[in-house]
Amino acid sequence: MAQRTVTIASSVGLHARPAALFVEKASSSGLDVEIARPGEDPVDATSILGVMALGAKHGEEVVLTAEGDGADAALDELVALLATDLDAE
Amino acid sequence: MADPDLPAALATETRRGIGVSPGTASGPVVQVAPPVRAPADEPPTTDADAALTEVKAAFEATALDLEERAARADDTAQQILRAAVLIARDRSLLKAVGKHLAKGVGKAGAVHAGIEEFATQFLALGGYFAERVTDLRDVGSRALAHVLGVPVPGVPELTTPSVVVAHDLAPSETATLDRAMVLAIVTEAGGRTSHTAILAAQMGIPAVVQVPGATTLAAGTVVAVDGDAGEVVVAPSEELLATLGVRRERLAAALAGSGGPGTTRDGHAVALLANIGGVEDAVDAGAQDLEGVGLFRTEFVFLSADRAPTLEEQVEIYRQVFEPFGARRVVVRTLDAGADKPLAFADLGPEENPALGRRGLRLSAERPDLLDTQLEALAVAARETGADVRVMAPMVATAEEADWFSRRVRENGLAKAGVMIEVPAAALRAEHVLRDCDFGSLGTNDLAQYTMAADRMQGELSDLLDPWQPAVLDVIAAACEGAGRAGRPMGVCGEAGGDPLLALVLVGLGASSLSMAPGKVPLVRLALARHTLPQCRQLAQLARTARTAGEAHDAVRAAASAELTALL
Repeated sequence: MAQRTVTIASSVGLHARPAALFVEKASSSGLDVEIARPGEDPVDATSILGVMALGAKHGEEVVLTAEGDGADAALDELVALLATDLDAE
Repeated sequence: MADPDLPAALATETRRGIGVSPGTASGPVVQVAPPVRAPADEPPTTDADAALTEVKAAFEATALDLEERAARADDTAQQILRAAVLIARDRSLLKAVGKHLAKGVGKAGAVHAGIEEFATQFLALGGYFAERVTDLRDVGSRALAHVLGVPVPGVPELTTPSVVVAHDLAPSETATLDRAMVLAIVTEAGGRTSHTAILAAQMGIPAVVQVPGATTLAAGTVVAVDGDAGEVVVAPSEELLATLGVRRERLAAALAGSGGPGTTRDGHAVALLANIGGVEDAVDAGAQDLEGVGLFRTEFVFLSADRAPTLEEQVEIYRQVFEPFGARRVVVRTLDAGADKPLAFADLGPEENPALGRRGLRLSAERPDLLDTQLEALAVAARETGADVRVMAPMVATAEEADWFSRRVRENGLAKAGVMIEVPAAALRAEHVLRDCDFGSLGTNDLAQYTMAADRMQGELSDLLDPWQPAVLDVIAAACEGAGRAGRPMGVCGEAGGDPLLALVLVGLGASSLSMAPGKVPLVRLALARHTLPQCRQLAQLARTARTAGEAHDAVRAAASAELTALL
């Protein structure tokens, strides 16, 4: 199982457009990807409702996990996405 | 105001409402389907797996619909639609629905319950999340329609030019209408100054509201819509269609000769200006023969944002709005939000009476940071474009408020400050309110609402909100007289200025400029050109001596130039 920890860079946190982009990318990987606050129950990273309800704010850390072929590469891409201020683009 | 030329006997059936956007059009009816609800007598689910497969297919069909729409939408709408597609394909949502199916709940009931589970969660989170509940329920309602095999709610995709008929249209629905495909708008509810009415006029689409039984018109039925008289004729005869066609041509011919700055027949200048609400409106209006903008509503810059827009973002938007007008004037109304138009980032909480609450300048007083950023952005954009920018505040009631605002405007480097006159208190005290300001501008919609104590959004109260109400005209007269004593110009930027007969009355009362939906400018210009200022004053006197709104209108119509009334 691959795992990464990343700090949310988007100024609005992980909702609105950043959340949609994140979920789209996680879904396109075709893997089971989960996202969680450190030490808390994970939610399905391909679920926009789950990710939004997580309510991760700017500057907060989240833990991503994935299983299967290409899990590392998929997580690297997702980490890069979360580490960018998507809202500023 | 029935047109004597219309052979009424030939009309199969005429339904009367209130004309809110002028012009005539005819075409087939497209019904905007109402929201869908799960039937109370739905049979329980016996085969949960089969039911889940069906529900999944319904959500997938919804996702495909939304994806197709997103492909054709502009940037803002596309973002919203793409998020909706993700919701429709959400595995957690499907799981929640499956749980209810397994318990034996019917398919529609399970979809509703699944959606509401998340809706409750989001509402509890408040703020931004609570706002997303509308999107969530919209997806649910669409999926429900697929499950039940009924029309998908909302405006269907228009493939031929049509007359859009609805119980009422949400502002978002009106705003996303394809202008090229909508011949006219007819609603059963709505009022004279509802958002549907304002947007329809802005888009130059004839519209009639408060039409009884509008939603029972079968799709495809041809109707003729008269946005001036407020009539909808079902299955019109060839003769009627021809008569309407002749009227359209006669009007077009009369307007073809009209152009240039607004002036009465004896040369008294009355600037003719546009009301705009965004960049797209600015580009449209900037290309037209008018003298600038009398009301730039800046809410759109703020309403859809999750956080306060930055200085740079605002400068960019304002620059795009100012540019199409070159050196012409652009009157900007600062942020007009409040309990009825809440901001995600400046929510002061719900209020019992939003129209009488902390809205307009009152919100700015609580959050001066928002106002200062906006004023600074306007100043930068004005300098960069060279536009003649004048700034005014909404919902001013007292001289202190006006002074506070004009001081802030000048501190931010803007040359001209004004106030909207929409509260009767400010109208009656205009001389004092305007002392430290450069101009006043009558917002007739709100002024009528506050003078008549009738909610603008209450369609049933349309008669009270009629700007021909003599009391409203008296208040306008007082405001113009006060402005005259203070030596300040008083313009009009409400819907009233776009009515050619009422425009004459307003000029007679002392209005120095008239701002309206750009499509209304040519006829108002023509109306002014046919009358002298003393004639306008006489018409104003006639209107004010009438006892009722109807009598005021009829008296003015009877006394106005026949060259004008023949076109109405």
